[in-house]
Amino acid sequence: MAETVFAPWDDPNEKPLIRFRNVTKRFGDFIAIDDLTLDIFEREFFALLGPSGCGKTTMMRMLAGFENPTDGSIELAGQDIAGVPANKRAVNMMFQSYALFPHLSVWDNIAFGLRRESNDKAAIAARVEEMLKLTRLEKFARRKPHQISGGQRQRVALARSLAKAPKLLLLDEPLGALDAKLREATQFELMDIQEKTGTTFVIVTHDQEEAMTVASRVAVMDEGRVMQVATPERIYEAPNSVYVADFIGDVNILHGAAKPVGQDMYEVGWAADHTPVQASSSRPFSDGQPCHLAIRPEKVSIHRDRPAADNAVRGKILDIAYLGNLSTYHVELPTGDIIKAQVANTRRISRRDFTWEDPVWVSWTKTAGVLLAE
Amino acid sequence: MRRAVLIAVPYVWLLALFLIPFAVVFKISLSDIALAIPPYMPTAKDGIWNMLSQLDFENFIFLTEDDLYWKAYVSSLQIALISTLFALLVGYPMAYAMARAPEQWRPTLLMLVILPFWTSFLIRVYAWVGILSGEGFLNQFLLWIGVVDSPLTILNTNTAVYIGIVYTYLPFMILPIYSALDRLDGSLIEAAEDLGCSRIKAFWLVTIPLSRNGIIAGCFLVFIPALGEFVIPSLLGGSGTLMIGKVLFEEFFSNRDWPVASAVAVILLLILIIPIVLFQRNEQKQVEAEG
Amino acid sequence: MNRLSSFNVVSLTLGFVFLYVPMLILVIYSFNASKLVTVWAGFSTKWYGELLSNEAFLVAAWVTLRVAVISSSIATVLGTMAAYVLVRGGRFFGRTLFSGMIYAPLVMPEVITGLSLLLLFIGIGLDRGVLTIVLAHTTFSMCFVSVVVSSRLVTFDRSLEEAALDLGASPWDAFRLVTLPIIAPAVISGWLLAFTLSLDDLVIASFTSGPSATTLPMKIWSSVRLGVSPEINALSTILIGLVAVGVIVASLASKHAAVRAKRDEQAAARAA
Repeated sequence: MAETVFAPWDDPNEKPLIRFRNVTKRFGDFIAIDDLTLDIFEREFFALLGPSGCGKTTMMRMLAGFENPTDGSIELAGQDIAGVPANKRAVNMMFQSYALFPHLSVWDNIAFGLRRESNDKAAIAARVEEMLKLTRLEKFARRKPHQISGGQRQRVALARSLAKAPKLLLLDEPLGALDAKLREATQFELMDIQEKTGTTFVIVTHDQEEAMTVASRVAVMDEGRVMQVATPERIYEAPNSVYVADFIGDVNILHGAAKPVGQDMYEVGWAADHTPVQASSSRPFSDGQPCHLAIRPEKVSIHRDRPAADNAVRGKILDIAYLGNLSTYHVELPTGDIIKAQVANTRRISRRDFTWEDPVWVSWTKTAGVLLAE
Repeated sequence: MRRAVLIAVPYVWLLALFLIPFAVVFKISLSDIALAIPPYMPTAKDGIWNMLSQLDFENFIFLTEDDLYWKAYVSSLQIALISTLFALLVGYPMAYAMARAPEQWRPTLLMLVILPFWTSFLIRVYAWVGILSGEGFLNQFLLWIGVVDSPLTILNTNTAVYIGIVYTYLPFMILPIYSALDRLDGSLIEAAEDLGCSRIKAFWLVTIPLSRNGIIAGCFLVFIPALGEFVIPSLLGGSGTLMIGKVLFEEFFSNRDWPVASAVAVILLLILIIPIVLFQRNEQKQVEAEG
Repeated sequence: MNRLSSFNVVSLTLGFVFLYVPMLILVIYSFNASKLVTVWAGFSTKWYGELLSNEAFLVAAWVTLRVAVISSSIATVLGTMAAYVLVRGGRFFGRTLFSGMIYAPLVMPEVITGLSLLLLFIGIGLDRGVLTIVLAHTTFSMCFVSVVVSSRLVTFDRSLEEAALDLGASPWDAFRLVTLPIIAPAVISGWLLAFTLSLDDLVIASFTSGPSATTLPMKIWSSVRLGVSPEINALSTILIGLVAVGVIVASLASKHAAVRAKRDEQAAARAA
């Protein structure tokens, strides 16, 4: 029996849990969300990624019920939720500041939502205990929020928002307040909890690594529009625009004009006195169409002598960034363009092959780069 | 050396003009009228024993025997308490609305609340005399709109005293509540709504408990000075309005009975110690909670 | 985004009506031609004329002003010292008593403060007059100054003083050249507070003054006890006017300073 991959977005019969249809949100003259259409499926861990002011928080607040769209509709499980107030939605939110009630204990914070809909003390207590266990907070149940650490607070906020077993959990920069080490551990914990509870998570973040780690799909946003929605691998390896390629990770961009030379093959003339570089692309380009070739630094290799590769360009080392596990070489081409090449430092004490001002060759394969129109 | 001077100057000043006068009041409250004829001063040369042997509690016993004082204490507490309650009812909605007002209005609103502070207290109380009197503006207004047929007697009643206290001490109530509400993180209210609270429920469960320290501070700031108030009951209250500050003033200036006036002061102070200590505790707790 | 609900608008409106209408009525009726204060009989400024030709009021005003200026100035010096001792003094013998004596007068009923000071002055045989009022006012207003200044000192970045000491300044120079200029706004508002408290005080002045010195509040008091008088309305209007002008000037000045600081900051950011 073949294991099925979780990819409801590829299944045309699957009904999305959330459906944004031509949603526009304006604050006065400012357009926060611009005619946005987007589907999010059940059990997804969906990340909204973008710089601050791109509208990702507004989208989240519209889902939570704190803002209403100016135009268009938002559906939750097939029902238009416009006008349903926040306290009547089967949606819960984990706030960026955590918004833990400072006058209530951890236990009472978690029970807060449950008490709003039920008077069954035993059932509430059982559910709170379950949540405490899930988030490993049993020992801190009686403490007040200011008596626990930042990581523990984060878990209380998570437990509180999960306690009502919402259809959808919104997380607004959930790890922003944690330090780097703790953040990494917590990312895996979040994924674990998401899997255990089977809740649909929508996370807002500006941290691309975080989005890539936790999410089943990522929506990259800019100025109120979704630039691309895809799995982390596709976002990274097959960005659909220079903006997305540039926003996620490090990238080299060569500007030029495309020239079809065969099935899905193009030559990119990028500098008048240089050989055009070769690139494959499933996206069609017409002859002479301006294009951008995006190549990730780790797909560029660096050599002392001209290598036998699809594409090789000569240059000079301008800078070396030693990052421990990797070294990034900044190679200046005769045109003045800079190509970054990343090399893994696989041996502890290695001979320094290259140093500043060395003349070198950089090379990459035909399929290493992505050809983009915009 | 410089440090010693720096400490000594304000220290000695306060000892001489704050603490020692209290000791004098305390001593006189325990003296016979005959002994307390001015200029009276307990002197150390009489010897400590001599001084102690002269002490008697006659004045305090007198206070418990005379109904007037007993009633004055109770009625001061009552008037202060009721006025505090009214000040809270008027002040809280104002503080709440100020904290909710657009950011750019808030400094102006705050200034409007503080401004009366800088105006003469006496004049602000006096302003109500013309409003509350039989032919005053309030009665003229009420007769004109036809709510009442004959003028109401408000001036020289306890009602006028309540109005006066609420009016003059309202800023003391508003400011601490406003600062508590201003600090309140808006996302807490959103979190409560997100977890299923209606607006009103969120107000009761989150806003009120989190502004509690402001409410307590505001109540004490109104209650404590109201308890020893003299100007308001004298100007707005009637002959039936008994307040301890007024009694003390009259005891001193009209009856010239210094020992009894001192004993009245000592007891007022003892009554005040409880709310003052509670108030300080509340402030302390708030500081700790923030730290 | 932050729109006020109608409930909030109503409570703010009613609240400010309550706070300001009584004073407004005073001001309007100070221009009333009639002696009967509650009946409007046409516009007139005659009460101002009568007020200004009333020698007793002018003498009392002069006494009050002198007392206020002298007592608030001494109180500012003492209060700033006390604040510095409280915030920076470290431990010393009787610190708790000291801070108690700073905070107690803030909540002390005026009748008690007045009574106790009077008994002291009589005891040591000090003639009651301007001097005794100044002593009394200085004592209670220095505590207010100290609270205002110490709340500023608490948030003061101590490393600034340490930097001055590190660069060779004596402790006094560090205070004079670094601390004082920075806490100056708090010291000034402390002085203003002390000045207003002194101008305003009736009860303590009544206890501590003698026949030779009558302050303005005492003069007002003795005439308002007899009921509403148009002269007092005129006087009130003058006092309210002075305060309003003072507050408006102060707030314009601070707004101006804030705008300038912001502009400087932006200019610096652009230059950088």
